[in-house]
Amino acid sequence: MLIARDLRKHFPVKGGSGKSVRAVDGISFSVGKGETLGVVGESGCGKSTLARLLLHLIKPDTGELVFDGDPVGTASGIAVDALRRQVQMVFQDSYSSLNPRMPVRDSVAFGPFVQGKKKNEARHIAGEMLVKVGLDPGLFGPRYPHELSGGQKQRVNIARALATGPRMVILDEPVSALDKSVEAQVLNLLRALKRQFKLTYVFISHDLNVVQYISDRVLVMYLGRVVEIGPIEAIFERPLHPYTRALLASRPSMNPAQRIEEPPITGDPPNPIDPPSGCRFHTRCPFAEKVCETTDPALGPSQGPQPHIAACHMRDPLSGHSGYGPL
Amino acid sequence: MGLSNMTLAEVRDLAVQFVTREATVHAVNGVSFTVEPGKVLCILGESGSGKSVTLRALMRLLPPRRTRIEGEVRIDGHDVLALPPRALRDLRGGLVAMIFQEPMTALDPVYTVGQQISEAVRRHTGCGSHVARDRALELLELVRIPSPERRLDAYPHELSGGLRQRAMIAMALSCNPRLLLADEPTTALDATVQVQVLILLRRLQRELGMGMIFVTHDLGVASEIADTIAVMYAGRIVESGPVAQILSSPEHPYTAGLLASTVHGQPRERDIDAIPGNPPDLRRLPQGCSFAPRCPRRMADCRVVVPQPRFPAPGRMAACHAVAECAPATQVTKTSTESGPSLASSAR
Amino acid sequence: MGSAATLPVSPPHPSPLPANGAREYSAAVLTTDTVVLDQPRDAFEEQAIPATRVRGYWQSVFYRLRHDPVTLSFAAIVLLIVLAAICAPLIAPFDPFKESIVGRLKPFGWRGHPLGTDELGRDMLSRLIYGGRVSLMMGVVPVLIASLVGGLLGVVGGFVGGRTNTAIMRTMDVFYAFPSVLLAVAIAGAMGGGMANGMLALTLVFIPPMCRVAETATTQIRALDFIEAARASGARTTTIIRYHILGNVLGPVFIYASSLVSVSILLASGLSFLGLGVRPPVPDWGLMLSTLRQSIYVVPFVCALPGVAIFITSMCCNLVSDGLRAAMDVRM
Repeated sequence: MLIARDLRKHFPVKGGSGKSVRAVDGISFSVGKGETLGVVGESGCGKSTLARLLLHLIKPDTGELVFDGDPVGTASGIAVDALRRQVQMVFQDSYSSLNPRMPVRDSVAFGPFVQGKKKNEARHIAGEMLVKVGLDPGLFGPRYPHELSGGQKQRVNIARALATGPRMVILDEPVSALDKSVEAQVLNLLRALKRQFKLTYVFISHDLNVVQYISDRVLVMYLGRVVEIGPIEAIFERPLHPYTRALLASRPSMNPAQRIEEPPITGDPPNPIDPPSGCRFHTRCPFAEKVCETTDPALGPSQGPQPHIAACHMRDPLSGHSGYGPL
Repeated sequence: MGLSNMTLAEVRDLAVQFVTREATVHAVNGVSFTVEPGKVLCILGESGSGKSVTLRALMRLLPPRRTRIEGEVRIDGHDVLALPPRALRDLRGGLVAMIFQEPMTALDPVYTVGQQISEAVRRHTGCGSHVARDRALELLELVRIPSPERRLDAYPHELSGGLRQRAMIAMALSCNPRLLLADEPTTALDATVQVQVLILLRRLQRELGMGMIFVTHDLGVASEIADTIAVMYAGRIVESGPVAQILSSPEHPYTAGLLASTVHGQPRERDIDAIPGNPPDLRRLPQGCSFAPRCPRRMADCRVVVPQPRFPAPGRMAACHAVAECAPATQVTKTSTESGPSLASSAR
Repeated sequence: MGSAATLPVSPPHPSPLPANGAREYSAAVLTTDTVVLDQPRDAFEEQAIPATRVRGYWQSVFYRLRHDPVTLSFAAIVLLIVLAAICAPLIAPFDPFKESIVGRLKPFGWRGHPLGTDELGRDMLSRLIYGGRVSLMMGVVPVLIASLVGGLLGVVGGFVGGRTNTAIMRTMDVFYAFPSVLLAVAIAGAMGGGMANGMLALTLVFIPPMCRVAETATTQIRALDFIEAARASGARTTTIIRYHILGNVLGPVFIYASSLVSVSILLASGLSFLGLGVRPPVPDWGLMLSTLRQSIYVVPFVCALPGVAIFITSMCCNLVSDGLRAAMDVRM
């Protein structure tokens, strides 16, 4: 349904030093119809920028987006406005994602209203959407965002995203700011809505457990690049990239008898302004060798409908890395 | 009562209310717990449960005019709520230290890290600036900050999130506190950094023999660091006990619900068993048990009477009408979350 | 309550939902917020939903104001002054233009003049009441117009950003460089005095600060997520400004404007004092102060009256605006 090719977005750093924050630096992937693609990564990896690029809220510096076969933004393809009718976004911070001076029903109705519906009709659609997300429109419609709890606000966000009838929804950390018990409610809701409306999701999160529960395929990002992509079981059971392995090993065990004794990787995620040379992960990688400092590994050829590939020299027989071989 | 000279911290019937013109918020409603020296107590709760307020009340960090505190707080024998201001300042940082969630706002942006640590050291020990700087270097090495000499002269914004958090831990440890209070210190960190900080805290706590009270909302974090867990809901402790037992066989329905709703390897085809409803409004707590509106096991009693702590096993406490007192003969092998309630009903 | 006395033993989570059909799930989803469990609904269950009253922003503002006695009393004084000015023909005891050679500079109470007479024998009370009209007009109208113009410029600049914003704000800075009193005097003087020119001068003086307040508020709002969400729904810039920005910017702009009213009254009186406002014999507090200045040793209390009027009006407006800010500037 959606193909991203070599998306790049650099934000120039103020002060004229010539440097830029390389938020997204050559990302290519595809999203199939009806699936949930999970995007994981830590802070600074560029996931939020990617989310906004997919919706064309930010224009990419280079690269292209192809939605349903039509390139976005070009004369021959699909216009950005039309893209926005088909793709919508749910934001993370439930506090600032709703207008504090607007009742909830009007916030949800704004989308349909902007796309040409009359006010009454838009309000009616808003009422229906509120029901779909489990909120009584009579009780919650006239309320203001500050009167709702975090979970309820996030439901309103979801209602707003779905009010215009999109086919694909990009969810930028939709449950990260919620309490755990409410997180479960919202995840259940998202699954139900996906089934009911036959949606495609791009689910961005830093929480691997949530991504494992809800995604069909997973894309792992590090410093603006894709380091691994593949089906959910493959990624979680046979991770190829050392970073993915470290992420998986950093999850708390939930068992006090099996506590993590040694940190899986040391150091902090580096700065996207000055990414390391060669493979961006080599500064923290326990398997780094000379070739990793000099050459940037490619993601690898994608064969088959659901390839499991990683951008690592250890997976490339031609790289000269001593670690190449079956896992 | 009992071994109050052995416990490091003892809190009895702590109650905190915030009084404003519009409403009175009952943030903490009768909390009691103890912390042994060298042990880690994890206070687990969601937003609005009163966990952070409890922690701040231990050091009297709450705004004095708007706050009403009742109850008793004893740290190493000192009655904290009755201390005069001078003694309180000595206590803070000296006997008890605190680390916060957001290191960027907890560190002063206009002073270097070294200056801030030295200031804390000088304030409590009265030593000279050279000695304080050496001590600061020592502390940075203790928290495993790479290139500590360079980092001494770094400003907080020059450090990454994980390093800032370590610097804050160094500052908290500067005067060898016996009790460390941690208010969600890893919540704002990435997963790989979080695990590093947790391992560091565990190691430091063991090496320095500190007691620690760690507040979090994350069951996974609690499982990694706690010796005992106290679960808070709407300002009360609803369950407490050793970490392994709480995680494997919770007694209180809220704990059980939290466990079931924490996303951790659930099967993808089924919905997650979520706790219905929302946390209560602390300005208008329901009569009786605060969890009753959302509780799958509520009974007539629950709406009327606040459940008192009951002790279903040695070392375990649960404030729930459906939990029976200690009955060792009926303890069966516990499986997931079903054993508690069925025990209770059969014992009735 | 008898039917719900004891629950049967059930697992500590809602029973597993049937795995058939999306409709079933959405019905179950409905239950999580409106009904807690499949139990008869009663008042107790309502507590699962935060039961705060539905109170909009403006309603909560009024609520807070109603419970603020200080602000209310000052607002009452301002209201009295305004009413007096409006009903001047009805309540003024004498004709404010009627001179009297005999009754010049008389003290309080002389021959039925409760507040004495001025240097041309006119009744002070009547002139004060009529003077209130002019002073209030010259106080409020410039602020209103400046709010509209400056507010619009600020919102446009703040939302569009970039070079347009820089152009607008730097132009405003040029005016900012001048002290407001001097600027008002210079403009009014250059245009030749008179009430209209005085109001114009004050308007021009107030546009830059209003613009700046609006621009700051707009820039802050623009960074919030719901604006991005509005853009993501495909809204045009004007639509977003109209529905999302204006409602949020109105608050700070209104607060600032209300604090400007008191300043405006003072400045207007100052202009009239210097002869750059209304022309005699139209009563105006500033002008009255100026003409009564020489007579201050004859009947000091009478001559001080216009100053007292200016002081009271300006101060009460100031305090009301403070109260408004306290009521409105609350983080939800």
